[in-house]
Amino acid sequence: MGGEFWHDAGCAFHPVSAPDYLPVKQLRQMQLHRLQAMVTRAYDNVPLYRDRMKERGVKPEDIQSLEDIAKLPFTVKTDLRDTYPFGLFASPMNEVVRLHASSGTTGKPIVVAYTKEDLDVWANAMVRCFAACGLDRGDIIQNAYGYGLFTGGLGAHYGAEALGATVIPISGGNTDRQLMIMKDFGVTAICCTPSYFIHIIDHAQKVGVDMKALPLRVGVFGAEPWTEEMRKRVQEETRIEAYDIYGLSEIVGPGVGNECWAHGGLHIFEDHFYPEVVDLNTLEPVPDGEEGELVFTTLSKKAMPMIRYRTRDITSMIAEPCKCGRTIRRISRISRRSDDMFIIRGVNVYPSQIETGLLSVEGTLPHYLIILTGDMGLADIEVQVEVTPEIFSDKIGAMEQLQKKISQAIERIINIRVKVRLVEPNTIQRSEGKAKRVIDKRNK
Amino acid sequence: MKIHQLSLFLENKPGRLSEPCQALASEGINILTLSLADTQQFGILRIIVRDWEKARDVLSKMGCVVNITEVVATEVEDRPGGLAEILKVIEAGGINIEYMYAFTFRYGDKAVLVFRFNDPDAALKVLQAKGINVIGPVELYERMRS
Repeated sequence: MGGEFWHDAGCAFHPVSAPDYLPVKQLRQMQLHRLQAMVTRAYDNVPLYRDRMKERGVKPEDIQSLEDIAKLPFTVKTDLRDTYPFGLFASPMNEVVRLHASSGTTGKPIVVAYTKEDLDVWANAMVRCFAACGLDRGDIIQNAYGYGLFTGGLGAHYGAEALGATVIPISGGNTDRQLMIMKDFGVTAICCTPSYFIHIIDHAQKVGVDMKALPLRVGVFGAEPWTEEMRKRVQEETRIEAYDIYGLSEIVGPGVGNECWAHGGLHIFEDHFYPEVVDLNTLEPVPDGEEGELVFTTLSKKAMPMIRYRTRDITSMIAEPCKCGRTIRRISRISRRSDDMFIIRGVNVYPSQIETGLLSVEGTLPHYLIILTGDMGLADIEVQVEVTPEIFSDKIGAMEQLQKKISQAIERIINIRVKVRLVEPNTIQRSEGKAKRVIDKRNK
Repeated sequence: MKIHQLSLFLENKPGRLSEPCQALASEGINILTLSLADTQQFGILRIIVRDWEKARDVLSKMGCVVNITEVVATEVEDRPGGLAEILKVIEAGGINIEYMYAFTFRYGDKAVLVFRFNDPDAALKVLQAKGINVIGPVELYERMRS
């Protein structure tokens, strides 16, 4: 392996990461070839894609450049529900070796499929994530993502194995055992949702485990949006470096993108997953640096190709080269999903904005619950915040001052008055997976 | 001379007061005095016990947010004007009272007051210079026994 593309001083070179450093021209050529092959396959094998392309008057051979991708129709989550369970598969069942599904809390789940080659693509992407986090053979990775139908557990698992690291398939939950194993096995990295890791930190404090005394040095956090303030907290209270990992089942699962040591956005493994950012209203591509909805087209997946899948995640493309030397593009950190957004008094609000405001107040914890009450038009936001020893005072005035300080910090960001309710510690339910942040009790 | 006071955060909901009291009782910890300050949403329970370190551990373990503050206890003549005289001394000394409350017991013709000052050390100097009897923890617990 030549060293000319290799400038990543942060970690040891892993050959699988080579595509991260391809010369841009070569990368674009590779993407175009793969795109053309994928669109042909999808057109030939998936009725929904064929019908939609016919409607638009687009044929696979019309894709002559990467820009031509804009001619292709979008795919949305309801398309997966409408074709439940196997309607979007492009491979015969005897080539499908794995199925995953969403939890289906809002109706039928969505189902995703993998051929043996697809699993290799996935593991390859996950290895590149871990390598970007500075992990390698010799690391002991505690995988606290849920194992099962959810893609998080198995996705990270096979990636860690393919990397050559030691993987502990502990899955989510049972925090006492998580801590015991972390300590006894000399775990160096953990994969889980950021909200679960906060819960682990809290629990460690309660049972007297000093997180800073553990060899744990890397956290690979994803599956839900989290903020820079949350990273700061996690890094203050442990010795880990916290990395943001991005993925979604519809595209492959975890491993679509990951931060490198520069922490300046997430690199997208775009030789497999082609990213676009489009305007939220017009769905036209927006220029680099401008915010919009993230859209992915899978370039190498066989069993279930995705054409211009709308992720509902809001981000912007970063075109400037990264300090780490990777040539694959980056997206800015996703702190908002258009799905999580709620509209209150005509203003769009995201839970992450509330989190940013809350955590800007010294001593607060990222445990919060947003409760919406009243009528749709004139609703109120209450933010429940747990009292911690750091922010507790024996003086009523000081506590009222604190409530005011938190609500002002949030109001500064969302421009709406919020009521802060201080609650006793450990009364907001802890999540072992994705945290539930909003309870909407409004009269509809 | 200062006394350790425990403060607890409580949500203003039925039954919230009894849990910590219950926990202290089951550890054989007697509450010498208490004061409850509350708003519509939450309350702050302030208590004085003999073994404050043990009480703190018991309460922390059950998940309470506990805060330790140093307060000053003084004797006051149990007669009209007794309190006013002490307050005058404190005021003249430029010391701020954050809050105060009284002990439930009396000692002879004296009552005992608990003060939370913004600066307890400065307050001690002012009180002692004026000959006001400040009661330290040892003496306080002794009195409780008799």
